[in-house]
Amino acid sequence: MLVEIGHAALWLAAALAILQMVSGALALRDAPGEPSPYALYARPAAVVQALLAAVAFATLLHAFAVTDLSVKLVATNSHSMKPFLYKLTGTWGNHEGSMLLWVTVLALSGGLLAFAERRLPERTMSATLAVQGFVALGFYTFLLLSSNPFERLPGPVAEGIGLNPLLQDIGLAVHPPTLYVGYVGLSVAFSLAMGALITREVNPNFAKVMRPWVLGAWVFLTFGITAGSYWAYYELGWGGWWFWDPVENASLMPWLAATALLHSVSVLAARDALRTWTIMLGVVAFSMSMLGTFLVRSGVLTSVHAFAVDPERGTLLLVLLGLYIGGSLAIFALRASSIAEGKRFTATSREGALVVNNVMLCAILAIVLLGTLYPLLTEAFDVRVSVGPPYFNPASAIFAIPMFMVMAVGPLLRWKDDSPARIGPELALLGAIALVAVALVAFLGDYPVLPTLGLALAAALAVAALLPLKGRRLTRVPTATWGMVMAHFGVAVALFGMASESAFTQERLAAIAPGEIEEISGWTVQLESVDPVSGPNWTAMEARLSVSRDGGEPVILRPQARNFWSPAQATSESSLLTRWDGQLYAVIGDAAGVGADGKLRWQLRVWWKPFVTFIWYGGLLIAFGGVLAIVGRVQVDLRRRKAVRVGAERRDEKAALAGSRPAAPEPAE
Amino acid sequence: MSGAQATSPRNPLNRVWVWVPLILFIGFGALAGFMLTQPKDDLVVSQMVGKPLPAFDLRPATQGLPGASADDFRDGKPRLLNIWASWCLPCIAEAPQLEALKASGVEIVGIAIRDRPEDVATFLERHGNPYSRIGADDRSEVQLELGSSGVPETFVIDGQGIIRHQHIGDIRESDVPTLLEKVREAQ
Repeated sequence: MLVEIGHAALWLAAALAILQMVSGALALRDAPGEPSPYALYARPAAVVQALLAAVAFATLLHAFAVTDLSVKLVATNSHSMKPFLYKLTGTWGNHEGSMLLWVTVLALSGGLLAFAERRLPERTMSATLAVQGFVALGFYTFLLLSSNPFERLPGPVAEGIGLNPLLQDIGLAVHPPTLYVGYVGLSVAFSLAMGALITREVNPNFAKVMRPWVLGAWVFLTFGITAGSYWAYYELGWGGWWFWDPVENASLMPWLAATALLHSVSVLAARDALRTWTIMLGVVAFSMSMLGTFLVRSGVLTSVHAFAVDPERGTLLLVLLGLYIGGSLAIFALRASSIAEGKRFTATSREGALVVNNVMLCAILAIVLLGTLYPLLTEAFDVRVSVGPPYFNPASAIFAIPMFMVMAVGPLLRWKDDSPARIGPELALLGAIALVAVALVAFLGDYPVLPTLGLALAAALAVAALLPLKGRRLTRVPTATWGMVMAHFGVAVALFGMASESAFTQERLAAIAPGEIEEISGWTVQLESVDPVSGPNWTAMEARLSVSRDGGEPVILRPQARNFWSPAQATSESSLLTRWDGQLYAVIGDAAGVGADGKLRWQLRVWWKPFVTFIWYGGLLIAFGGVLAIVGRVQVDLRRRKAVRVGAERRDEKAALAGSRPAAPEPAE
Repeated sequence: MSGAQATSPRNPLNRVWVWVPLILFIGFGALAGFMLTQPKDDLVVSQMVGKPLPAFDLRPATQGLPGASADDFRDGKPRLLNIWASWCLPCIAEAPQLEALKASGVEIVGIAIRDRPEDVATFLERHGNPYSRIGADDRSEVQLELGSSGVPETFVIDGQGIIRHQHIGDIRESDVPTLLEKVREAQ
């Protein structure tokens, strides 16, 4: 019964999306400035739609929580013996459920926008809500017609098939929902950009409304990518943290576009420059998140993230993609020339540096996009290729290296116009740090070029990130500036982690019997025993490793080779030992035969990864910087609203005192 | 982009670059649309096709049927080698087709992947038993040596123990004549 309620709520939400779209669009027919009778419905429609979508998602969550095996989706993706947490996370560990999560987040953010945003001209708001309704409608159609999560089976089955064991992990509980909030936040930025473009209101006021959405989406994307990378790192047991898989790229591309957008929208808000560019990035950022959905769900690309794929769904998604991206790019092309020119600036100004880095980010985006789509292109000519790190790493570094350099300098420049000579001492300091770092790495050993450059840039960036604080009273630095400092410092930290991991990682692959010892980078690893163990829905061979560093106190690590039985799949549960300067990563493999002494030997793989954790600390710092920026902007906004209110009250009081007594006060407009 | 900003909106360059994203997108849409209409062939055929069976000797997967070994395939008679499991849903779907193949006189040897004897017995009771023998491959070792990456898969083995053909996925009704043809060719 509950499931039918959820299904009905989804249909009703779709109907309200139509109302929102039509009402918003009709309001545009009336002349600007006049309140339109049609505009009345768009906001309530968006808010109620959000509630209905939340109801739909809650009913599906309930069906998974109680393992309702009469629902097809539950029967094919869940199992009554699964731990409760993974029953819940299983709701979005499949195609239909994750698409429902997507539209729910979309409806919730649309509802929030409609409910809370009062700063824009009502006409722009109507256009924005119409676009948002149009986007939502497309996804409801997709969900209801080709991916209905509420489909019942003709009769309930005795037991469900279970969830892919790789997904039975706490990483899955947080990582996809976070990314979805990020993708969908970009949809609001997209709707706002289209609304402003349609009503020709591309100005700093609009940028200030758009900025928190972009920042919010970007924070969630950053956090989602960081969490996803860590999940892949410890759960897949390959010891790597980024694989340039199409699905990873699908999350990286919107992040790159959102990073560019976030900087460009700040320039628009502060300086009234980069108008067309901001609108264009708004469209591109959301296009990238939709493109990612299409690439992953349609099955045109082969990926390790093998979701149930279906050409019919792919076709429907491609139609949606054509409508939204094609439509918005066409409107952009037709309207862009009508956007008035923004304020001018010189190349050596903060705007100039931001533009350079925007272009660099877009170039990296193009590199990643090309690498992701290239297999699709060659396959059209019957050639199968796979594009991996040998392409992505150097190609993106070509643009990333100058970008990091400009990023170090940009925040030191003044708005509008500046001379490089003014910041000469800082430039010399940063250059010296980078050179010393290169010399130090070269002295330590013979390492590849890219990691060496990465280490040098990370050192210079870390100092550069803090330079904007120089000579300022720290208590008076605005919160948003702290956010920038934090995020830029986070980039340096993450870059240091990545470069250090690829330069200094040590690896040992051994077949050893219990009692034997393996040495790696000052660590002594002794295999004590290998024993069978069992969990709620798996059995495993668990190794007991006693590891000690430079003869210190031994610590026990327990990597497992797990066998899940429903669905049957083997996974490798790595065991990690974290120290401040790196991680010891251990994986146990199959039995490797009997040694000369008659003892059974096991495959053991151990890595020592210096400072690898800094990658994710950096990611968290970047996200935290974004949070600070949002807090700072909201603070300023609240303070300004309060000032306006207090000012208005004072004026009223003065007017009341000065005004002649018998006259009634004028009604406020 | 500072160039685009700093020039007047009437600049012809300005009018050209705004169309570039749309043109690129149309190109992508055409490519993706074309690729969606192409039949997708994701199957990776085993490198073992055309080579002799790897040596194996598996214990019986359930009571009442013998286990399977590579030597069973060397008596001059072509057979089917079916990789399956009781926990695999498509294996239920292909059970009638296996019965049909058996009825046409083809001997089918099964290899049960990561299975339990009682589950195997229940499956055979429910969906019929087309097998002459079933070996238990508890760690997918033989399956991997055969170059099989999933269940179900079916191999045509000739009388000398050479792998002649690999069928990936469940056997549909339309596949039965093809497989019979392959068995005849292997004679």
